[in-house]
Amino acid sequence: MGFEPIIVLAPLFAAVVAGLGQRFIGDKPAMALTTGVLGLSLALSLYTFVDYIWLGGEARLIELFKFIDVGGFSSTWSIRIDTMSVIMLVVVTSVSFLVHLYSWGYMAEDPHRARFFAYLSFFTFAMLALVTANDFLQMFFGWEGVGVASYLLIGFWYDKRSANDAAIKAFVVNRVGDFGFALGIMACFFLYGSIRFDEVFAAAAANPTLVLDLQLFQVPAIEAVCLLLFIGAMGKSAQFFLHVWLPDAMEGPTPVSALIHAATMVTAGVFMVCRCSPLYEMAPYAAAFVTIVGAVTALFAATVGLAQNDIKRVVAYSTCSQLGYMFFAAGVGAYGAAMFHLFTHAFFKALLFLGAGSVIHGLHHEQDLRYMGGVRKPMMLTWVMMLIGTLALTGVGIPGTQIGFAGFFSKDAIIESAFAASETGRTFAEFAFWCGITAAFLTSFYSWRLMFMAFEGKFRPNPDAHHHDGHAHDDHAHHGDHHHAKPADGVAPAHESPAVMTVPLVALAAGAVLAGVMFAPMFLHGQADQFWRGAIERAHDPLNPSGGGHGGESAHAEAGHGDTHAPVADPHAAPAEAHGAGAEDHGGGGHHVPAWVMWAPFFVTLAGFLLALPLYFFSQTAGATIARVFAPLNAFLSRKWYFDELYDFVFIKGARALGDFFWKTGDKKVIDGLGPDGFASVSKFTARQMRKTQTGFVYHYSFFMLIAVAAIGAYAIWAGGGLP
Amino acid sequence: MSGVPILSLMTFLPAAGALLILAARWSSSGQHAGHDTGVKWIAFIVTLATLALNLVALTQFDASQPGFQLVERVAWGAGLEYHMGVDQMAMALLLLTNFLMPLCILASWNIEKQVSAYMMLFLALHTLMQGVFGAMDIVLFYVFFEAGLIPMFILIGVWGGKNRVYAAFKFFLYTLIGSVLMLVALIFMAIMAKTTSIPELTAFAQQGGFAKDLQIWLWLAFFASFAVKMPMWPVHTWLPDAHVEAPTAGSVILAGVLLKMGGYGFLRFSLPMFPDASAFFTPLVFVMSVVAIIYASLVAFRQTDIKKLIAYSSVAHMGFVTMGIFAGTEQGVQGAIFQMLSHGIISGALFLIVGVIYDRMHTREIAAYGGLVHRMPVYAAIFLLFTMGNVGLPGTSGFVGEILTMAGTFPVNAWVTAGAATGVILSAVYALTLYRKVAFGKLENPALATITDINAREWVMFVPLVIGTLVLGFAPMIALDFTKASTQAILAGYDVFAGR
Repeated sequence: MGFEPIIVLAPLFAAVVAGLGQRFIGDKPAMALTTGVLGLSLALSLYTFVDYIWLGGEARLIELFKFIDVGGFSSTWSIRIDTMSVIMLVVVTSVSFLVHLYSWGYMAEDPHRARFFAYLSFFTFAMLALVTANDFLQMFFGWEGVGVASYLLIGFWYDKRSANDAAIKAFVVNRVGDFGFALGIMACFFLYGSIRFDEVFAAAAANPTLVLDLQLFQVPAIEAVCLLLFIGAMGKSAQFFLHVWLPDAMEGPTPVSALIHAATMVTAGVFMVCRCSPLYEMAPYAAAFVTIVGAVTALFAATVGLAQNDIKRVVAYSTCSQLGYMFFAAGVGAYGAAMFHLFTHAFFKALLFLGAGSVIHGLHHEQDLRYMGGVRKPMMLTWVMMLIGTLALTGVGIPGTQIGFAGFFSKDAIIESAFAASETGRTFAEFAFWCGITAAFLTSFYSWRLMFMAFEGKFRPNPDAHHHDGHAHDDHAHHGDHHHAKPADGVAPAHESPAVMTVPLVALAAGAVLAGVMFAPMFLHGQADQFWRGAIERAHDPLNPSGGGHGGESAHAEAGHGDTHAPVADPHAAPAEAHGAGAEDHGGGGHHVPAWVMWAPFFVTLAGFLLALPLYFFSQTAGATIARVFAPLNAFLSRKWYFDELYDFVFIKGARALGDFFWKTGDKKVIDGLGPDGFASVSKFTARQMRKTQTGFVYHYSFFMLIAVAAIGAYAIWAGGGLP
Repeated sequence: MSGVPILSLMTFLPAAGALLILAARWSSSGQHAGHDTGVKWIAFIVTLATLALNLVALTQFDASQPGFQLVERVAWGAGLEYHMGVDQMAMALLLLTNFLMPLCILASWNIEKQVSAYMMLFLALHTLMQGVFGAMDIVLFYVFFEAGLIPMFILIGVWGGKNRVYAAFKFFLYTLIGSVLMLVALIFMAIMAKTTSIPELTAFAQQGGFAKDLQIWLWLAFFASFAVKMPMWPVHTWLPDAHVEAPTAGSVILAGVLLKMGGYGFLRFSLPMFPDASAFFTPLVFVMSVVAIIYASLVAFRQTDIKKLIAYSSVAHMGFVTMGIFAGTEQGVQGAIFQMLSHGIISGALFLIVGVIYDRMHTREIAAYGGLVHRMPVYAAIFLLFTMGNVGLPGTSGFVGEILTMAGTFPVNAWVTAGAATGVILSAVYALTLYRKVAFGKLENPALATITDINAREWVMFVPLVIGTLVLGFAPMIALDFTKASTQAILAGYDVFAGR
């Protein structure tokens, strides 16, 4: 056994020590311990990544101990090291470490900061257990573990009713997804006799026509399993219908939003679908469903993002939308692109959240974009960082070259994949493509709207500064002692955040700039076969299909590809060679998309920027005017298509009414009425008797019982003494 | 040691303790100061000693060997005999009982009314509960099974809350009807098989001794008794009332042990002795289980009394047990036994948690609380852990039972499994809402301003339960490996669905 268990278990150890021992060791040591341990975890993860990707490390499985084994329903605590897990190890530990660091500044004055750090570390443990799982049950363990960590962190400020409600909402909506996930696991076990990934994939591939008999009707086994699992993914990754918890989750402290609700936990659903890519490739209907849900979410969330005024909610809907991109990429078979976007998104979205947190911190907990403005000058560094994040999110880059921010490589790859897949007849791929293009336009618009409203123009003080209602606010312990130089006219009375907060921003910004250009050849292009080593199913990758084997166990598809394909006009391809891939292992480039498809994201992104300019940059009021003119539309969007109202009416009121009905009518009137209370007179009589003699009843009862026992014996003897 | 009747020793040690308390009361007239404390200590030490004896018994017990062990058999004449022995399932439930009893005595430390009588009743109950799980003879089983109700009945009726008479009456009425029918069935079976020994009856039944039509009637008679005990919907309405009125320790025993007798009965009698009837009635049990899970969860969501809420959640969790048992698969039955152990720990802990604040505030109204985390951080942390256990979070024992019973039922009926799985969502709704209302928020009720966190006695009470739920949550194989042999033995006789 190597050092791998340390990566996963050390954060748990730190969480336990910090959580339980905080009263004995104090806040600072607890924080230092958790942060230090995360640093160790990060270092080991980076080592594992480098070793596995570049130094020829083996794919391997470290089995720790048997968790459950009942009649073949078997799960072993394991650490699975392959491409999928090493990517996630790096994403999770790096963002987590930076968020730990950032929280030293952000939570500096919170009286419960040790508890906060303990939760963060516990979350990291659960997330690492999820991504290193070798079977569905351990994955589910981590899945629920991150859910409870999310619950605790959203509700971290437990005095706030809104935070508590948001925490419960997040947990319950996730549980709706887990309902599907759990049934998917059981279906796997029933159909394939195992819940270990490799065994399930092999069994499914060996018997692709297996049918699940549901008595009323029959469904193809693989479709059923994939759909059920995907319900779990929809919950965790906040996809359409189950997205309602994510915006409310912004009640939690901002570092939490960056770590859990942007970079890691919410991407678990994408991870799961990609991990199960051999199954989804055999389930065309389920894959089509994934495509539709992803595409709709990408578009829907982007529209809602247009009309939000809370800076964190804009970023939250943006996350929701970007997760939609990842899903429809997976749905059309571009698992590599989905994972690549997950990877780049982790950096730039964490950057945007932490940047937003820095603004909020600088403005003393103001989160409403309408009461910002003029923040650029006092918070120059934060502005630069947010700018980089925005450029990465909107995917700025020059098509046909290797020049661009991280999102340029990953998002464009997704859009092109959708187009390429539509040409090969993949169901709903064209729909996804157009949703993706439209959402890219909206993304650009709302991102620049956020940037302009927050940083540019004149400061617009909140007239109601200490009575924020109806909004999520980070009201962590107030700083009373900041010295504000009298700000120049129109400049916000803000202060730049301390280095402990800005250094993580810079580190993430480096990721947002470099993650795309550095890793595109590996995730997507020339080196993809060697990079993935069969960890995802790439046989039908729309852009760059693996020429190798088929099916999950086919693994190391290294040979025999490319020759029959036309050489590349893939925009990212040529420089990929410069990155040392070499023409011969440059998988032949796969599908060739037309120039307009390549350029479409570029132009819509530009259009979004150009539209935001006059509304929010050159004018301070135009945006608000537009919102007034289109008031119904604005309300529809800012109320998030009235999903909360609908769900409140159907589910919450419904559950209450049903609960009351069962209780008052079912239990009290029907059951008790026909049962015990039905003998009303008897009961009243009895009650009177009992009040008189307190326990008189008991004597009758025990007497009865003794007679009964005696009767058995008597009867037995009378019956012939046949007993031994 | 093999000559020592260890099973009888541990079963009757608490009864001896009760007699000791009686003797002490007579000799001192119970007047001098400190008498009550002495009685509490006697009870505590006796229950601890019982637990110790149980652990000794465990060392003489071979977990891998199917069938009954530590058997003691003495003929009493007239066809009656004293016949004790345990298999793995019974041993596990005995351990649960003996693990919970010392904690119950600790939880009763604040009792002031008639302490001697209270403790004597508890110790008598302790003996009777052990007898249920240790009996290998149906007459003996019946005596223990029914007699156990009497001390519980008195505990509710005398030490209960305002509505205790109504609750005791309801408790009595339900269980009476069930037991009459079971008694008739027992007599009938004894005559037919010419034996009252459980293993001999089982062998008789498995050689086709009871025709299918007959099995149906016998099954129904037993079902009447066990379904009430579980309790299954729709014969569950006695439970919330009994819990609400019972003193804290009474609720712990009720939820932790007495409810398990129903599940134990199904596994000991219904499945092995009436396999055809069990198969025939499986759809009925499935429907009742799923209804129980959904119905009770929704009702729990609407409760304003903490104890009632937890009582309804017990009904929902027992639904998983009945579902798993009648699925008749290894995962189902193993999961059901595990769920019983887990629920014993978790619901027992939850009732103790209610008891802690009830002792301080003398109310169980949810609305009276809020913001306890400010004054009682340790309490809030423990409460949170058991809330999560109740919700079935992985890492707590609650998860394992639910997932296994569902995994065991899916192959038999996917729709039933899906129905039960909604309980996973609903439990989160009511349990987290309760936690939010009691522990989170601002401390607004002025009466709570001076409430104190848990004391040393309460620490001692909770620590074993916390360890129990986490150990079983992270390493459930400790229990599952142990109960495996008895599960396989039960299922070997229940091969009606051999094709599964």
